[in-house]
Amino acid sequence: MSAKYEPLPTYPERQPSQPTRRKRPISTQLEFLRSLMSQPKAILGLVIMAIFIIMAIAAPVIAPGDPGRFVARAHQPPSAEHWLGTTGQGQDVFMQVVWGARISLFVGFTVGFLSTLLGLIIGMTAGYMHGVVDSVLNMFTNVFLLIPGLPLLITLASFLPPGIITVILVLTFTGWSWPARVFRSQTLSLREKDFVSASVVSGEGSPFIIFSEILPNMLSLVVSSFFGSVTYAIAADAGLAFLGFENVNSVSWGTMLFWASNNSALLQEAWWTFLPPGLCIALVSFATTMLIYAMDEVTNPRLRSEKEIIRVLKRFRIGSKRSTPVVREPFK
Amino acid sequence: MAQNGRPRLSENLSNSQSLLDIRDLKVVYLTARGPVRAVDGVSFAIRPGEVVGLAGESGSGKSTIAHATLRILHPPALITGGHVLFNNRDILEMGEIELEQFRWSNIAIVFQSAMNALNPVMRVRDQLLDVMQYHGIPKAVASEQAIALFDLVGIDPQRLDAYPHQLSGGMRQRVVIAIALALKPSLLILDEPTTALDVVVQKDILHQISELKEKLGFSIMFITHDLSLLVEISNRIAIMYAGEIVEKAPARVLFDQPLHPYTLGLMNSFPSISGDKHRLTGIPGSPPDLVNPPPGCRFHPRCAQAMPICSQEAPVTRSMSDSHSVACHLYAEV
Amino acid sequence: MTQTSSDPMLNTDQPARKPPILDVRGLTKYFPIGTFVSNRLVHAVEDVSFSVRRGQVVSLVGESGSGKTTIIRLIARLIPVTQGEILFNGIDVLKSEPRQASLDYRRKVQLIFQDPFASLNVVHNIEHHLARPLIIHKKAANRSDIHDLVCNLLETVGLNPAPEIARRYPHQLSGGQRQRVAIARALAVDPELILADEPISMLDVSIRMDILNLIDDLKAKNDISYVYITHDLASARYIGDKTMVMYAGHMVEGGPSEDITRNAMHPYTQLLLSAVPDPHAGLRTDSGVTVRGEVPSLINPPPGCPFAARCSKVMAICRQEIPGTSEIDSEHWVRCHLFV
Repeated sequence: MSAKYEPLPTYPERQPSQPTRRKRPISTQLEFLRSLMSQPKAILGLVIMAIFIIMAIAAPVIAPGDPGRFVARAHQPPSAEHWLGTTGQGQDVFMQVVWGARISLFVGFTVGFLSTLLGLIIGMTAGYMHGVVDSVLNMFTNVFLLIPGLPLLITLASFLPPGIITVILVLTFTGWSWPARVFRSQTLSLREKDFVSASVVSGEGSPFIIFSEILPNMLSLVVSSFFGSVTYAIAADAGLAFLGFENVNSVSWGTMLFWASNNSALLQEAWWTFLPPGLCIALVSFATTMLIYAMDEVTNPRLRSEKEIIRVLKRFRIGSKRSTPVVREPFK
Repeated sequence: MAQNGRPRLSENLSNSQSLLDIRDLKVVYLTARGPVRAVDGVSFAIRPGEVVGLAGESGSGKSTIAHATLRILHPPALITGGHVLFNNRDILEMGEIELEQFRWSNIAIVFQSAMNALNPVMRVRDQLLDVMQYHGIPKAVASEQAIALFDLVGIDPQRLDAYPHQLSGGMRQRVVIAIALALKPSLLILDEPTTALDVVVQKDILHQISELKEKLGFSIMFITHDLSLLVEISNRIAIMYAGEIVEKAPARVLFDQPLHPYTLGLMNSFPSISGDKHRLTGIPGSPPDLVNPPPGCRFHPRCAQAMPICSQEAPVTRSMSDSHSVACHLYAEV
Repeated sequence: MTQTSSDPMLNTDQPARKPPILDVRGLTKYFPIGTFVSNRLVHAVEDVSFSVRRGQVVSLVGESGSGKTTIIRLIARLIPVTQGEILFNGIDVLKSEPRQASLDYRRKVQLIFQDPFASLNVVHNIEHHLARPLIIHKKAANRSDIHDLVCNLLETVGLNPAPEIARRYPHQLSGGQRQRVAIARALAVDPELILADEPISMLDVSIRMDILNLIDDLKAKNDISYVYITHDLASARYIGDKTMVMYAGHMVEGGPSEDITRNAMHPYTQLLLSAVPDPHAGLRTDSGVTVRGEVPSLINPPPGCPFAARCSKVMAICRQEIPGTSEIDSEHWVRCHLFV
């Protein structure tokens, strides 16, 4: 009953505790980015996002001129001169879409950044501090969570002067509580980990622990939350603008929708006045959602291993079975 | 042999035909870095009524063997070679339906953490009945048998209606054992059954298992990293390292005359509570990477007695005496 | 409840010299369950007293739920004490620094955790882990000094080549290597006392001895005292000068390790000893005490000795009063009504 042993290909001598791969160790964050970049969903999301950002920045180059200017007769369908036709006010739709991206994306990303920041500050403080501080901040967060979002948005927007600053403030005001809750619960759980206790025993102060030990472990959550806020902000901004709470003379995707509605675009069958801005909003949301999905996959090991399993099954042409497959072919 | 191919539990122990015969089993995990040869040509047998211990550390492949025997490994694991004969039927040749009927009624397994095996939102009674009904036992009969099983493993049958979290760790493990014995299998695989338990409860459970074995007559494959446990309860022990068996012997023989340097090193890693105190050394280095195992003998980088040949050729298992075999160049036939 | 140290080793006829490095008296910790005011308390640690002398290793043995990890966290001042005194070098730190442990205490008392994978932060490399304590306690002035000290520490614990290991991240090290890093981190600040919470129980069997031997060597070289927690009596005997046995939050027996393993007095200690698999003792068919029953609940426990429910030698008084300390001989004591 002897065990036959197949000779292995030769390989260089290895000491027991050598790293098996790269020469320079790569940090956890870089590792995370690398695997993120290799996901098709992430690439798709980034590409779409990049297109829109470039479009917004290069607006003067792509569609030179003032997008609010009267250029032709109203409600002209798309043509060679005006690629996406004209609005009910006789403005060029294509120019409006390109320039409108600026405001929409600016509002989206600013609100995303501010609500994430506010959520981090309040959420992490509450999660780490325990006791009275936590109770107070937590109650505060819960109150904001419970207030119905849209009515609050409308109420606030209606007695503040219309404009971008208002919209940003209002959206941040209603949007910080959800991230705060998420960050608080993650901080609570990370706080109990041994490496945090080890820092305390080393004499580390609380602020350093929060920023240097706990926060880096929440990186993927923060980024996901940021993109989630961006998605919310862009859609909510469009909604507010559609309802007329933004400066209707400025050009953004939301105001385009407002004017389209005002000018009875549906009745006029002027689909080119509302379809492009709507599509842009949808595409940007799609891009951010793809990024969030990709991040989920990278950080959730179970999702990753399921993909691996499907890959293995396909490679050996095994149907999905419950029992371990037996494949008696030598490989390589 | 009974009509349905299952051995009678009162089978004569002197019947030398093996209950379980594993021959040259190979299991591979396909990972992003390459195929991991978790089990690489393992052979051993278990006779009816015997307790065989499988000892090894993490990465030795012992749990993989247990799961492969029941074919419950998930992709990316693949069985790539060998035969697992149970009463001369090759488990590796069985189809899906055959396997579903075969499992549990012939071989059952007790996992390391009972909470992994028990559904936290189902009452214990229902989990027990579930298993029995799935294999065709009508509900009324199953209910009666459930009470008898609990009695057998030493739990008050009144606890049948409890949820797992309402039971202590020791009791949960007994429940898992009861479920494993529900269909009176002829082989029970225990995969680190007491590692997560306190030492007093551990002794209790092992005692219980011994009693059950005497009463019901099943064989046991006992997997653990605690060699001192195995010496107490096994008939024979196989020592595993990096996916291979390096030494096989009856328990007492192994303890009195360990041959393989790894076995010696392992034994030197357990301080005792009696006997004289001297400095123990353990084994330097760490377990090898199974994607690129060391050439030749897989243990040679950590072996104090390594010779030049050890890094070139893999040792062949050699029988030193009746039932004591070792795979090491120190004992190679010249 | 006035409690002189229940550790007879203090009351020997040694000439008055330096106080023990650690003297714990009457340490008690209750955790409330549920929200706000509830009168359900988990009695995690009940009236524990022991002491550690300079250069000594004290093993604390107990099963899960015995309170040993809680004691360590109390001494490390990670959680507040309900009652009791912690004297470090003769000074009650709970009185001298009531709200927070001082930086000085944090330098002198260090902690090694059980799980090598959880005690290191995956986002930082090894150098960062070892440099932080050095920076906090001002052990070095500039970056290159710190780097040298870090490499020095890594070499002391047997991690070579040090500069290369310092650049790695925790997930690139094995369990044994991580635990060595944890030991290096504890050593970085030149501590006087190291609390080790089951440092080897999650490591592979063949590398456990190496780590224990390392701890032993460091004790001799740097004159560090240890409190070593384990559930394994055998390793407690191997490394500990003294062994204390814990059950359900109470300390039930204590004394030199040899005495405890050879001449255990408390019924629980005897039960523990009989349950440890010992191949050296020969194959046992069924020896020792087979006691059914589990560790009792720590929530609002009934009065009396915690082991009363499982003890084969229980008497009426056991269910009424917690036994006091009885001395078996000069260094071996037990808390059991059988010996009062």
